[in-house]
Amino acid sequence: MTLLRNPIRAAACAAVFAASTLAATAASAEIKIGSTLAITGPASFLGDPEAKTLQMLVEELNAAGGINGEQIVLVQYDDGADPNKAQTFATRMVEEDEVVAVIAGSTTGATMAMIPVFEDAEIPFISLAGAVVIIDPVKHWVFKTPHTDKMACEKIFTDMQARGISKVGMISGTGGFGKSMRGQCQGVAGSYGIEVVADETYGPKDSDMTPQLTNIKNTDGLQAVVNPGFGQGPAIVTRNFKQLGMEVPLYQSHGVASKKYIELAGDAAEGVRLPASALLVAEKLPDSDPQKPVVVGYKQAYEKATGQPVSTFGGHAYDAFKMLVAAIERAGSSDPAAIRDEIEKTAGFMGTAGEVNMSADDHLGLDLTAFRMLEIKGGDWTLAE
Amino acid sequence: MSELLQFAFSGLTVGAVYALVALGFTIIYNASDVVNFAQGEFVMLGGMSTVFLYGAGLPLWLAAFAAIVIVVFAGLLLNKLAIEPARNASVVALIIITIGASIFLRGTAQIVFDKQLHRFPAFSGDQPIAVLGATILPQSLWVLAGAAAIFGGLYLFFTRSLVGKAVLATANNRVAAKLVGINTNFVMALSFALSAATGAAAGILVTPITLTSYDIGVTLALKGFAAAMLGGMGNPFGALIGGLLIGLIEAMTAGYISSDYKDAAAFVVILAVLFAMPQGLFGRKSVERV
Repeated sequence: MTLLRNPIRAAACAAVFAASTLAATAASAEIKIGSTLAITGPASFLGDPEAKTLQMLVEELNAAGGINGEQIVLVQYDDGADPNKAQTFATRMVEEDEVVAVIAGSTTGATMAMIPVFEDAEIPFISLAGAVVIIDPVKHWVFKTPHTDKMACEKIFTDMQARGISKVGMISGTGGFGKSMRGQCQGVAGSYGIEVVADETYGPKDSDMTPQLTNIKNTDGLQAVVNPGFGQGPAIVTRNFKQLGMEVPLYQSHGVASKKYIELAGDAAEGVRLPASALLVAEKLPDSDPQKPVVVGYKQAYEKATGQPVSTFGGHAYDAFKMLVAAIERAGSSDPAAIRDEIEKTAGFMGTAGEVNMSADDHLGLDLTAFRMLEIKGGDWTLAE
Repeated sequence: MSELLQFAFSGLTVGAVYALVALGFTIIYNASDVVNFAQGEFVMLGGMSTVFLYGAGLPLWLAAFAAIVIVVFAGLLLNKLAIEPARNASVVALIIITIGASIFLRGTAQIVFDKQLHRFPAFSGDQPIAVLGATILPQSLWVLAGAAAIFGGLYLFFTRSLVGKAVLATANNRVAAKLVGINTNFVMALSFALSAATGAAAGILVTPITLTSYDIGVTLALKGFAAAMLGGMGNPFGALIGGLLIGLIEAMTAGYISSDYKDAAAFVVILAVLFAMPQGLFGRKSVERV
């Protein structure tokens, strides 16, 4: 009874009650999409642009009337690239938030931890992480948008073949990405007539790689060096490479595809080559390129919304979201199974990573043409091909 | 031969930073028996503050100086707000407080600065200097010279000045120091300030080489702590030798064996030394009086 004697409290209760009823009515005309990304932590340079891209796209879509007249609700978590946290959030998204589809997983580790949850719950899951294990073997409910590390190796070796390089040294990070790409590169090197003559590693927090590079430098017949890794490692490797006066070409992976790398490596980055998405050279693409409108459009929208330079990682989230929205539109319902079937039928979709053609046994849908070989010149990306 | 020299240059540069972090541990440990696990965060704050002040248009030397002042202020606040109110707690509780403080500082840095990697230009260019077939960056010489200057300066301070001697007296026997009129609260604050300044200087010297970001403190604190243990906790000279040794062992292992065993090799050596000499290479024998 004290409740009723206090008018303010009573009013507050009424307001809360009204709000909860309203929310309940609104929920019937909503499509809930789940997302957990590494917004903070060691992989935040991946998760941060991905999360911002999703927020930007959801706002844009809702302002334009949503999908088939229904508003999108984005349920977003920050797993800090921790697989345990990612799995917890995945379970929460399934059981409490009841999302119909998920765009998540900045890193391969987090993605792999979440796969069983979504496979069990039968919710379509589009991952934003790199490694090939996510979609090979194919998992019924799992898709991904970024190029795989294996494709990066193949692109690099194709370029080396064209330059007549056959003996390479590798210096790889021991983090998940570097380790996986090192294995993939060694696996496919033979089919391109490439021999790995030196193989060194460094830890993710290492601050000096001159000892490893000295060993590579002293290897007989060395013609080029490949550095799979992301974060601070490649920037330091590039600087140490210059410090030791090494003259052979240096290849980086798509893991360094952000302006930050050039800024950190400075002059030492001149002449470095890497495979990356067309997004980095959006304005430099010829007008005839069918990918140009997509990448230029996303780049300008992202830079306007966030005030930060675009990176390819946010592009992966862009591709995932656009594909998902198109799938929901085609499905005409928000039933997870119907959405999954439509994602698998994605064909001729032009995203920031390239043209996507999915099928029942290809849940990535990209081929080597999606990668561009870039060279750093004058502190900026240029097309090497 | 030239590769040995190259490995040595690499080890000495990295080791000098470990030594400075270890020295920071030593200063606070001596004054209070507390192992300050926020020591790595001082290094991070030094580097990050300089990056952002330099980015805001300050000349590099001024940005570096201002960064040291900021970090000293942060060290004093840490002592005032977290350590002093709990000074009657056990040493273990105080150490846990410093771990909490390091998480807090890391989180704050993430918000105040950002989550990206950063660097600012080297003090005297990036043109490597060739020595007998090996190369060393001018900035590495700055790191080595800076570390030497800090060690020398602190040595003079502790042995020649009255205030420095007061710190040593407090380290020896807090109660006796109080009895002869030494303000032990002031000594605590001073040791946090000195330790913070040392950390900040290390962060500023090394950022052009190793880059910096909000989360570099954890690894540095761990390596610096290992260096301090190896040299003998509480002995500044031990901190110097311990830091350089760990840096050299890491570089040699990475060069001659494999980078995968680098950390393992360093820790095996530490275990072996501590097994034979539990007080570290140059540590005092601790005697419990009953």
